[in-house]
Amino acid sequence: MDPAQFFSASRVVIVAGKGGVGKTVVAGALARAASRYGIATTILEIEGRCSVASSFGAPSFGYDEIELVRADKGAGQATIRGRTITPDLALVEYLEDHGLRRVARRMAATGVLEVVATATPGIKDLLVLGKVKQLEQTRRSDLLVLDAPAAGHALSFLDAARVLHDTAKVGPIHHQSVEVLAMLRDPARTQVMLVTLAEETPVNELIETAYRLEDQLRVSLGPVIVNSVLPALAGIDRDPAELLAAALPDAQLSSLRAAGQWWSTRYARQREELERLAEALPLPQIELPQLFSPTIGVEESIQLSDALIRGVTQLDG
Amino acid sequence: MADVVDGAKIIVTTGTGGVGKTTTSAAIALHGARSGRRTIVITIDPARRLADAMGISATANEPSRVDGPWAGELYALMLDTKGTFDTLVTRYATDETQCRRILENGFYKNIAGALSGTQEYMAMEKLHALAESEEYDLIVVDTPPTRHALAFLDAPRLLTRLLENRIYRLLMAPRGLVRAVNNAAHLFIRQITRIVGAEVVDDAIAFFRAFEGMEQGFTERAKTMIELLRSDDTAFVLVAAPRADTVLETKYFVGQLAASHINVRACVVNRMAPVFGAVRAKATKGLPHRQAVERLRDAAVAEEAHVTDLIDGLGDIAIERVPMLASDLHDLEGIAAIEALLFGAPTGRSGPPAK
Repeated sequence: MDPAQFFSASRVVIVAGKGGVGKTVVAGALARAASRYGIATTILEIEGRCSVASSFGAPSFGYDEIELVRADKGAGQATIRGRTITPDLALVEYLEDHGLRRVARRMAATGVLEVVATATPGIKDLLVLGKVKQLEQTRRSDLLVLDAPAAGHALSFLDAARVLHDTAKVGPIHHQSVEVLAMLRDPARTQVMLVTLAEETPVNELIETAYRLEDQLRVSLGPVIVNSVLPALAGIDRDPAELLAAALPDAQLSSLRAAGQWWSTRYARQREELERLAEALPLPQIELPQLFSPTIGVEESIQLSDALIRGVTQLDG
Repeated sequence: MADVVDGAKIIVTTGTGGVGKTTTSAAIALHGARSGRRTIVITIDPARRLADAMGISATANEPSRVDGPWAGELYALMLDTKGTFDTLVTRYATDETQCRRILENGFYKNIAGALSGTQEYMAMEKLHALAESEEYDLIVVDTPPTRHALAFLDAPRLLTRLLENRIYRLLMAPRGLVRAVNNAAHLFIRQITRIVGAEVVDDAIAFFRAFEGMEQGFTERAKTMIELLRSDDTAFVLVAAPRADTVLETKYFVGQLAASHINVRACVVNRMAPVFGAVRAKATKGLPHRQAVERLRDAAVAEEAHVTDLIDGLGDIAIERVPMLASDLHDLEGIAAIEALLFGAPTGRSGPPAK
C-alpha cells in the first residue's frame, strides 16, 4: 500500500495497547513516518508524563503545544508537534467556551470536578475526547496521533462516549457524546491502531480489546503493530558445531549453543503467538524489530519509523 | 530476597504496567508455601493461563487452594472489586434498609464499578480483612498497574475524602435548608445539575444520605490500613524492567513511597537480556549464534546502566535481576522457574505435600 495514502486515511489515529508494549514509542514512530510524507502531525499525550519526547530528543512538554520536528518543504518533511490533554484543563476550556467561566473557576477551586467525575464515570475521558474532536476540527494538523491509556483503560476511555451517550439523554454531556461518537465511528476521521508484543498475555488482551472495540464501539481498526519482534537469524536453530570448520573450546561452544537455543526458542514462540493472533483476528500485522536498546532516542525512533513504512508498503492496497 | 520474604507477613508488589508484577507475586507466594507457610496471593487481573493454573476465577472472590508439592499451603484469590465493596457495605450498614438503599443506588454502582482508585481501594480492604482474620502466615498483594504508586495508599482515603467534601455536605442537607443557608451554593448546585443532569445529582444526594453513620467506620479503617502498610511486618517489593522510561517512572514511584514513609525492601528487575559466556574464536565470526551472544550482551550492558541508575537511589536493599526467559510460561511450572531464579533452586526445602 502507498504509505502517503495509508497515513492520510484518517485524521485521528488512536494508538492503544497493554502497559509495557511500547505504544508511546509506536506513536512517536507513526508521527515520524507520516510527517515524512508531508503530513503535518500532532502527537497528543493524555497521562501527562509525555515520555514520547525522548523519541524526538525533546524536553518534556505540557498542555501548550511544542514543535518536535521542523517542517522542511524541499525534503517533503512536514512538521511534528506535541502536546498533552488533561481532563481538568479540557473542562475549564470547555466551560469557558460555553460562557460558564465563573462555574469553571469555582469547580476547579472547590475540587468539585472530582465530585462530578465520581457521579458520572467517563466524564473525564469524554472531556479529553471532546478536546481531541475540537483539535481535529480546527484542521491545524493533518493528522492527530493519540497515545491512549493502557489497554484495559483504553477500552473504558474510548467507550466513555458511548456510555455517556446512553446515560445522559439531554444537556451538554449528551451533545458532546454525540459529536465524539460521530468522530470515533467515522473511518475517514478515526482509526484505532493496536500495539502488542509477540507474547501470550498482550496478544490475549489485544484480541479481547479488538473485538470489544469493534462490537461495542464500532470503531475502525488499523493494522496491528507488533513491537519488539526478534529478528530471524538464518541457521540459529542448527548446532553451531556443525557450522564450524575448526574445533572450539568447550566453554565457547556451549555458550553458542545456549544463545542459539534461547534465540530460536524465543523466535519460535513469537511466531506461534503471531500466528495465533492472525487466526483469532483478521487484521494485517506490521512487525517492528526488537532493537536491543533500553532507550528509544531519535536514532531508534527513526529505525522504527523506517520499519513501519516498510510494513505499510507490504500491506495489500 | 529470601530474607525479605521470610521476615514479612505481608508483601506488596508495586511497579508500572507490563513489568511482570503478577508473575513475580505468584513466585513469591510459591516460595512462601514452599517454606512451610500458609500463604495467599491476591491478584488483580492475572493472565488467563495463570488464573487457570491457580484455579482462580473473577466471580468467586474467595480464596481457592492450589495443590502442589510444598510443605505449606498456597491459596490464590482474584479480586472482585464490586463484590468486595458490596460485602463491606453489607457488613457495616447499620440495618438492612440502609444496606439495600446503598446497594441499589446508581451513584454507588458508579463508584463500586468504575471509579478510578476503587480497585486499589478494594485491594487494600481485602488485604485488611485477610490480615485481620489471621488465617494466613503470608499475604502477597499484587497491586493494579498504575502510574501513581500512591493510588493504593490514597485508596483507603478515597471515600472519606469524598465524604468530607464541602459540596457533599451541602448536597446532603435537606433542599430547603440549602436554600436558606447558602443561596450561592444552591445556585452552584443548580449549575452542576444543568451540566450533568438532575438524576445524577439526586442519586449522589441519596447515596450520601444513605451512607450517613457509616463514615466513621470507613475513616477508622483507612487509618488502620495505612498503619498496616507502614508496619515492619509489611515489605514492599518494587518490580521493574530495565528500560529507560520504566526506570524513570519507577524512580518516581520510589520517591512517592519514601515521602509516605514506606520503605522498599527489595527490587526485582525482570526481562533483562540474558548473558551467555564470551565467544572470541575467529572461526565463529559470521556465525548466527555469535551474533546472538553479542547482541544480547550489548543489550545487557546498556540495560545494566539503567538498573544501576535505579538501584543507586534505593539504598541497601535486596536486588534481583531476572533474565528474559526463552519462553514465558504462564503456568505453575513457569512460576516455579521464576521462583528458582529469585530464591535459588528449592532443594531440600520442599517437604511432603500438605494434607
